Amino acid sequence: MPDDPQDPGGSQDEVIRLVLRSDARSVRAALRELLVTSPMRRLPEADRDTAEIVLAEVLNNIGEHAYALAGGEIEVTVRHDAEGLVCTVIDRGVRMPGAKLPAGDLHALPPALADMPEGGFGWHLIRMLARDLTYRRMPDHNELRFRLSPDQSSP
Amino acid sequence: MQLLAETRGEILIVRAEEDRIDAAVAIQFKDRMRDLTRTDAPRVVLDLSQVSFLDSSGLGAVVAVRKLLGPDRTLELSGLRPAVEKVFRLTRMDTIFVIHPALPGEDGLRDAG
Repeated sequence: MPDDPQDPGGSQDEVIRLVLRSDARSVRAALRELLVTSPMRRLPEADRDTAEIVLAEVLNNIGEHAYALAGGEIEVTVRHDAEGLVCTVIDRGVRMPGAKLPAGDLHALPPALADMPEGGFGWHLIRMLARDLTYRRMPDHNELRFRLSPDQSSP
Repeated sequence: MQLLAETRGEILIVRAEEDRIDAAVAIQFKDRMRDLTRTDAPRVVLDLSQVSFLDSSGLGAVVAVRKLLGPDRTLELSGLRPAVEKVFRLTRMDTIFVIHPALPGEDGLRDAG
């Protein structure tokens, strides 16, 4: 890893690893914990907001879809490098449909109020805010990796 | 789920006294809002100035409340903090709500009503 001139202490090598349950309460508590770790604290506030939005969507998606109602464990790893944060999220739930990431397209808003969507925003937010998204289905787990870089938080 | 409702003329103001409207409380939020808005007030203003974080479930719940009110009533939002504003903007849901920077003063609300 190249030296970061602004971080002579070399703490960009610090890796945060957190294991949490997949229910929404545990996700909330895990976000609180993650957001005060040093890789997160070094981000400007707007980028921390972005990181929290992306992580919340990723973790709750796993709780709602990969594990559905059964629940399970999620492992989050956050690493800070010269370009920002690299996050890896692992769960042992079911695979993504088609073993690939949802497109997260935002559809045109319907003219009628009653037809307004109440969901489907999560993957759109992830795709708008995270970079270098990769998903791999391993024999017994899902692995999602993405980067949170300062430059895409203010579109 | 702490939601405080107050009627001023034809406006019902609901203050969300919560730090987060997320997947953990989205259903409660929607249910509470349904109860609180069982009035005739044609305008409902939801004050989110104390809410520092809202995720897609929270957003879905706000849209659901908008739909519950029906086409003859409005749901307006007030005091969006940066992370909340970002979620509304990126999903373009900022276009279906009137969004106020802050709750107007008492006189302002009366005038507006």
